[in-house]
Amino acid sequence: MADVTLQNLVKTFDTVEAVRGIDLRIPNNEFVVLVGPSGCGKSTVLRMIAGLEDITSGDIRIGDLRVNDVPPKDRNIAMVFQNYALYPHMTVEQNMSFGLRLRKVAKSEIRGKVQRAADILGIAELLGRRPRELSGGQRQRVAMGRAIVRDPQVFLFDEPLSNLDAKLRGQMRIEIQRLHQQLRTTTIYVTHDQVEAMTLADRVVVMNAGRIEQAGTPDEVYHQPRTRFVAGFMGSPAMNFLNCQVTEENGHTVARLADGPALPLPAEQAARVRSYAGRTLVAGLRPENIREAASHDGGNSGGVPHDISIDIVEPLGRETIVYFRLGDSTLCARVGTEVHPRAGERTSLVFHPDRLHLIDPETDLVL
Amino acid sequence: MLPPLLRRKPAVAVLMCVPLFGLILGLVAYPFFHALFLATLNKAETAFVGLDNFSFLFGRQTFWMVVRQSLLFALVAVVFKALIGLAAAHAINTIPTKGQRKWRGMMLIPWVIPPALSTLGWWWLFEPTYSAINWGLTKLAVPAVPWLSDTFWARFSIILVNVWVGAPFFLIMYLAALKSIPGELYEAAEMDGAGPWQKFFYITLPMIRNIIAITTLFSIIVTLANFDIVRVLTQGGPLNTTHLFATYAFRVGIESGDIPLGAAVSLFMFPMLAILAFIILRNVRRRAASLA
Repeated sequence: MADVTLQNLVKTFDTVEAVRGIDLRIPNNEFVVLVGPSGCGKSTVLRMIAGLEDITSGDIRIGDLRVNDVPPKDRNIAMVFQNYALYPHMTVEQNMSFGLRLRKVAKSEIRGKVQRAADILGIAELLGRRPRELSGGQRQRVAMGRAIVRDPQVFLFDEPLSNLDAKLRGQMRIEIQRLHQQLRTTTIYVTHDQVEAMTLADRVVVMNAGRIEQAGTPDEVYHQPRTRFVAGFMGSPAMNFLNCQVTEENGHTVARLADGPALPLPAEQAARVRSYAGRTLVAGLRPENIREAASHDGGNSGGVPHDISIDIVEPLGRETIVYFRLGDSTLCARVGTEVHPRAGERTSLVFHPDRLHLIDPETDLVL
Repeated sequence: MLPPLLRRKPAVAVLMCVPLFGLILGLVAYPFFHALFLATLNKAETAFVGLDNFSFLFGRQTFWMVVRQSLLFALVAVVFKALIGLAAAHAINTIPTKGQRKWRGMMLIPWVIPPALSTLGWWWLFEPTYSAINWGLTKLAVPAVPWLSDTFWARFSIILVNVWVGAPFFLIMYLAALKSIPGELYEAAEMDGAGPWQKFFYITLPMIRNIIAITTLFSIIVTLANFDIVRVLTQGGPLNTTHLFATYAFRVGIESGDIPLGAAVSLFMFPMLAILAFIILRNVRRRAASLA
């Protein structure tokens, strides 16, 4: 088990800068998820840590050892690939024991380790089968088993669940979590799926265009995003963005949404944004902060009602997503199942300002 | 409106296969059965003699020498073609994709030139007195080599030319097979601690085993049946020591005018190749089933 430290990590492919100076310290035992859209450089970072990709500049340390020029096999890490990368001509047992056999570990010890890993993952009865005889979920388990038997300092996961169907993905997410609780090995996990990021991570690292936008606990990146990108990327449905102006009205600092209500800002936030008065800012409001009038969770307290005309309704069972227009923007609200909105209907929705994010459009930073 | 028979799908399918059946019948079945028939006639093709031609052949030392030579020739040539093809395919596979096409094209040249023509070039190179090879050797103070007139060197020469002609076929098959191996397997093996040789033996070889088997089988068949190289370089000499089945069959059948005996020689290959093909293809099918 070990810390992993990335210092000013840069990777250039020909003329394209895929990773542009990443600084990150991953303490021992931590489960870190690198999340971001396709092409943001997250897999490249992982592959550089694995040693499968050369480093253009910067340093990678595993424990106290600078591993820039250390071959993958000597980094004491194990990786689970997106397509599992199981050896098709070997049985599950041979797949799992391959690394140990190459390292000339004693046969009895190999057998013990493979059996233990197979027991942990519930694949003991599959040891004699070949990969083609396994389902997607079973293959995924074998791929993890291959990583476990090596007892590495660091686990690397490269979008391991992206080939599974939604239900299986949910199950495997739980298993990966359980596995980490059991083994406590430092884990770096790459995904573009923010649900995986939120549910698995001790710490989420949101990447965009080769840079880290924000690193923090799932709670932090969700509730206190530092940039517009993070605010928009985390959460589904995504955060609503619309123009607004900060003004003083009746002795209160309010954010007046374009063609919408004026939301009074909490004192602390008001102090932060007072200097932006008169300028157009971007307001970010999550769908769950726009609710139906008199919702069950505390009525309209602090909320500002506003009449809107419903565009589209998406009933999801435990909640309903309502799309409506406010000026030029299409916004999205989450309402409870006790109301039954219909497309085309006019209704009153309540905007809750306590979680309003104000963004400077010039810097895209959350104020 | 189509006539009722053509409106039935199976009937149309059978009809569409007729040209293929015709080709197979005309170009494979007829010559094969005709050769079987010829092999049972006497030299004048006037009387049925049963298996007499075969028993006559089995009693002749020259025939057994041809059998040994053919097997030696096929075995040595195929082994070298396979090794050189594999090494070259690996080398090309490591070049960045951009430059690969140029090399692939150049390496294929020996295979695409008609062998009768390229073998003439080799014959000229092997010419004992005036050829470039012997001229070069004497310049280096090495005695000239009797390339085509000494048994060992004549055998060496026809194998060399056959390898030169045939290795590109292995190269192109292996290259395609190598490209079909997912790169992630090598990365996984690298993480597992495999070095270049271990990756080759534990990943590459098992993954392309079927292609190796099929290519080898195909090559054994065409190498055993080789005709043009021997015909152009040595005509089977010196003293029949470079004859293969095909050139020997030509010698006794066409040049010596005993067509039934020639047919018997060429038919001798058939059961050997059939058994070999059966064994190799059965293994290929088994492995393919386990990898799919």
